[in-house]
Amino acid sequence: MNKLDLKAAGPFIALIAIFVIGVFVNEAFLSAGNLSNILARSSFIGIVAIGATFVITTGGIDLSVGSMAAFISGCMILLMNGLMETFDSLVLIIFLAILASAAIGALAGLVNGLLTTKAKIEAFIVTLGTMGIYRSLVTYMADGGTLSLNFTLGDVYSEVYYGTLLGLPYPVWVFLAVAILGYVLLNMTVFGRHCFAVGSNESVARYSAINVDRVKTATYILQGLCVSIATIIYVPRLGSASGQTGILWELEAIAAVIIGGTMLKGGYGRIWGTVVGALILTLIGNILNLTDAVSNYLNGAVQGAIVIVAVYLQRGRR
Amino acid sequence: MSQFLAPRPVQRLAKFVAAGTAALCLTAALTATLQAQTIGVSIPAATHGWAGGLNFHAEQTKARLEAANPGLKVVLVTANSASEQANDLEDLVAIHRMDALVILPFESAPLTGPVANAKRRGVFVTVVDRGLSEPGIQDVYVAGNNAEMGRVSGEYIRQRLNDSGKIVVLRGMPTVIDEQRFDGFMSALEGGGVDVLDDQYANWNRDDGFTVMQDFLSRFPEIDAVWAQDDDIAIGVIQAVRQARRQDELFIVGGGGMKDIVKRVMDGDRLTPVDVLYPPSMISTAMELTALKFVSDTPIEGEYILGSPLITQDNAEEYYFPDSPF
Repeated sequence: MNKLDLKAAGPFIALIAIFVIGVFVNEAFLSAGNLSNILARSSFIGIVAIGATFVITTGGIDLSVGSMAAFISGCMILLMNGLMETFDSLVLIIFLAILASAAIGALAGLVNGLLTTKAKIEAFIVTLGTMGIYRSLVTYMADGGTLSLNFTLGDVYSEVYYGTLLGLPYPVWVFLAVAILGYVLLNMTVFGRHCFAVGSNESVARYSAINVDRVKTATYILQGLCVSIATIIYVPRLGSASGQTGILWELEAIAAVIIGGTMLKGGYGRIWGTVVGALILTLIGNILNLTDAVSNYLNGAVQGAIVIVAVYLQRGRR
Repeated sequence: MSQFLAPRPVQRLAKFVAAGTAALCLTAALTATLQAQTIGVSIPAATHGWAGGLNFHAEQTKARLEAANPGLKVVLVTANSASEQANDLEDLVAIHRMDALVILPFESAPLTGPVANAKRRGVFVTVVDRGLSEPGIQDVYVAGNNAEMGRVSGEYIRQRLNDSGKIVVLRGMPTVIDEQRFDGFMSALEGGGVDVLDDQYANWNRDDGFTVMQDFLSRFPEIDAVWAQDDDIAIGVIQAVRQARRQDELFIVGGGGMKDIVKRVMDGDRLTPVDVLYPPSMISTAMELTALKFVSDTPIEGEYILGSPLITQDNAEEYYFPDSPF
């Protein structure tokens, strides 16, 4: 039991260490504005990574999340611009776009799930395929350029990203809510236990009368919904989507999940670890921007090294 | 010259007969006017804003050239990588039997060989923006001037700040293009009183422009100007500055000529008083020039370096293309 606690503390120790470095690097690091920026920024990858925790715990992988985010953003923007002619209420338009976003996310997840479970294609290949498809679709929709949200609409919607409640930006609250829901679902429900069981040993799970295909498909749908939620708070930030949107989100999300202590081969997952993993990734980028001690050319190297050390910290303390 | 003009079958025939046979040259010239000439255009796919503009202008020019010159066929192909572009070149030679090639190489080194191959088959070669690694392959070279783009931006900021102030720089990606722009910019500031607080890569996209600028704003209590180098980065910078409510203390200089930014300049937006052109429409310049080769006697061989003029409120209308995706 004691061992498990130490292991669980690994990502937190890494987070605190990086935080301390930040404090020493620049006094601006601790300013309220910077801290709130970091939290709001982590929310995209964080929310996507919470979905990825379910997929990876169940032994799957989803590479399509970054492209999916770009695609859903594009759809939302086109839909909202289109609805401007039909409806007068801007809030109603935004509400409809949010519903559509959730529907597209769930549907995209369902497609990934069914192709994996029913068509029996490896998740890596299925989601590599859909990754290319969504990326091309958004480039096509934008004519190779950028889709921009109607200005008046963007002004109203931007409150979702820039607005605050009790001093914290809304995205942070959404992130927190998704994390709590994810924690309850993974650790306190039958579905969560099934995820662990399928990820540890699929055959045993099947013999235990668990509907493996259904559990797996459900994790991809959850992932799609998480991407949709991330998109709903991403679109109001810049009010645009292009072929560049969400590039490499899939790798950042997977990295956040693994840094947090979830096993890439499945069978064990930890939501709070994932949240910490997402914070660590954002912090590294933030600290590198706050200092000129590291050459710009070496930013990637520093990021890579810290990710490896962070994972070592929690594995090494087993 | 007729070597370039002649359609391939005639040209092959010419190889069998002794070179310089006057009669044959005459036949070649005659067939040239009767048969359709093919110009192959190979450019990177529209994966980001500027390339989107490139594709838009290429399509437009193709339509216009074909409508104006019934004897001219333009085949436009786009590639996602250097190796894909090399394959495209082979197809343009083998299947479309192109007479001329207009190419914006994905990368210089890997495409030098394939372009040289096409050239050896008698294709007239126009290279756009990114030069090849070997001299002497291209007949026409059309390019923007990255160093000047940086210099024009630097000079504007220096003059606007009366040669004293604090600025931050958001760069693109570690590439030759970015290096040339940055060096040009820094040379314009040399010896003056403008202090560059820091520079960071923002990868030529809006999201990174936003985050990098947020961090600059947390870090530096006083910023007088921002060189964003690229209009996509500039869009992210604008949002970050607005969020921090510091739009009254600074101005932003982007680059490229994206319609959204040009529109702001045109409308006299205080935050983006100017933009510096790096036109994706240079592909049109190259295509039109190449077409001239086939429809007239105009001598066109040579190098064309396009300027990077400052777009101000007074001239912004000339550079505003509301239909372009960029």
